[in-house]
Amino acid sequence: MTAPMVQCRALRKSFGRIEVLRGIDLTIARGQVVCVVGPSGSGKSTLLRCLNHLEEPQSGRVYVDGELIGYEERGGTLRPLSDARLRRQRESIGMVFQRFHLFPHRTALENVMEGLVAVKGIGAADARRRAAELLDRVGLADRAQHYPAQLSGGQQQRVAIARSLAMEPKLMLFDEPTSALDPELVGEVLAVMKDLAATGMTMIVVTHEMGFAREVGDHLVFMDEGLIIEQGPPREVLGAPRHDRTRAFLSKVL
Amino acid sequence: MGTTDAGPASAGPAGADTPETNRISHPLRPGRWAAAGLTALVLIWLGWTIAVNPNLHWDVVVAYQFDDVILDGLWVTIQLTVASMVIGVILGVIVALMQVSDSRMLRTGAMAYVWFFRGTPLLVQLIFWFNIALIFPEIGLGVPFDGPKLVTWETNALVTGFVAALLGLSINEGAYMSEIVRAGLRAVDPGQQEAAAALGMSRAKIMRRVVLPQAMRIIVPPTGNQFISMLKTTSLVSVIAGADLLTVAQRLYLTNFEVIALLIVASIWYLVLTTVASIGQYFLERRFSRGFGGTVPDTLRGRIGRNLRFSGLAR
Ligand SMILES: Nc1ncnc2c1ncn2[C@@H]1O[C@H](COP(=O)(O)OP(=O)(O)OP(=O)(O)O)[C@@H](O)[C@H]1O
Ligand SMILES: [Mg+2]
Repeated sequence: MTAPMVQCRALRKSFGRIEVLRGIDLTIARGQVVCVVGPSGSGKSTLLRCLNHLEEPQSGRVYVDGELIGYEERGGTLRPLSDARLRRQRESIGMVFQRFHLFPHRTALENVMEGLVAVKGIGAADARRRAAELLDRVGLADRAQHYPAQLSGGQQQRVAIARSLAMEPKLMLFDEPTSALDPELVGEVLAVMKDLAATGMTMIVVTHEMGFAREVGDHLVFMDEGLIIEQGPPREVLGAPRHDRTRAFLSKVL
Repeated sequence: MGTTDAGPASAGPAGADTPETNRISHPLRPGRWAAAGLTALVLIWLGWTIAVNPNLHWDVVVAYQFDDVILDGLWVTIQLTVASMVIGVILGVIVALMQVSDSRMLRTGAMAYVWFFRGTPLLVQLIFWFNIALIFPEIGLGVPFDGPKLVTWETNALVTGFVAALLGLSINEGAYMSEIVRAGLRAVDPGQQEAAAALGMSRAKIMRRVVLPQAMRIIVPPTGNQFISMLKTTSLVSVIAGADLLTVAQRLYLTNFEVIALLIVASIWYLVLTTVASIGQYFLERRFSRGFGGTVPDTLRGRIGRNLRFSGLAR
């Protein structure tokens, strides 16, 4: 109960000789909405991808809900988890991508059902009912039989959120969920995310939507060149940034 | 692999708006009319000369079209085509998965296979399989590297003309299919695998439920072409007594000397087979384009015509 939902310790990640994450320490309490901002290439996506072990870090540790992600500790050494146990961990961490990545050969309903059927092994009828409920929750009950190609970007992203929620995750990761959307479609996605935050979901949101960060975020993290430069309550960081680099970045974004 | 936000949207550009519904009155084109008339004339003349040509023996064609021997050969051709395509596709998928695997050993093995079987003529491979007994007079099951054997067979008894044909065609086809499957796998956005992995899906399930179904859209059309090509390629096995349609037609004309008539009989059957296969291909492609705009690239008639135009171009 007392364990934080997410804990990163000295997380480092390199691609070849480029060090993309250079020692990230981050603690996120249960039910918090944390917004991550920073210039392009600062390692925001890589950080999210380390949290559900889509990327394997070079060193450091990630705990989600007190559980070490991707490894087990045996006598002081870390050994990679079995595929099955890693999949278990990923099941409980939802991820929403900038480009949605819906399954194009499946309808909206089938997309939401996919995890229920293929991962949780729930029967088709049951899965269908639960998927329909989730589509209703993101306001797309009437689009259940549409294929992704037949939906707007905003609708696709809402389906993608429903697809993640179907797994009943304890943590949701959003990687620039509205960056690929036409401006008039951003609002509908942010509204769904705001509703989700209100249910007490722990969320990490990489975003350039400072309005969302200020209004919905509990905590704001500013990253640059693989490091967390500054963090705190969104109003403080946005209103009175202490660091030069934060100021420089915000002056471009705001 | 790449960042999650790489690549442009997968949605293609909307087609240019062609005002097909607008009525436009075209001026008369005398040249076009003349060309059409001339074509019709040539076709009629060609049909007439063929119909009345005393050397073509249409009565023999009619007599043999449904002859039992011909039908047996036809059946062998169908069996050979279907069996070697099925095995070829299975081999192709396995080899393609080896090619995209993380293991260098698997990749090298796959590469060598494709290199060898695409780099040598199929005709040579067929003759080779037919004569495999010259290298391996016996085939045994047991411990490899000259260890004790549980059972052994005479190779000649095992590798009949049909088996040699099946081996040659399917192993060769596997090499071509692996390239087709690999192109299909590569065409699937890597983000798809990530999204599925993030849901907690296993690698096998990601392949089966997410990647392969999408790759199918890319894989099915060329596979259909391979199938149609295979219907005709099977005629190569006539050099190793494959008992296929061409073999039996040859056997018949070597005794009754009705060479042209029997070749016409065989050709009519090949045309029937390729036409039926084209129709099947059309419906398969429509099935696998679900979710991708839902449009079929071709009309049924256009597809059949196109395949028939390619008839002479078997590899
Ligand atoms: N798979 C990879 N292989 C090699 N380099 C990579 C890979 N993924 C990311 N990088 C590099 O890591 C750095 C950080 O990338 P990352 O995607 O985490 O940045 P970001 O903060 O999300 O940027 P953006 O705002 O553009 O999405 C970049 O320089 C990028 O080129
Ligand atoms: Mg990014």
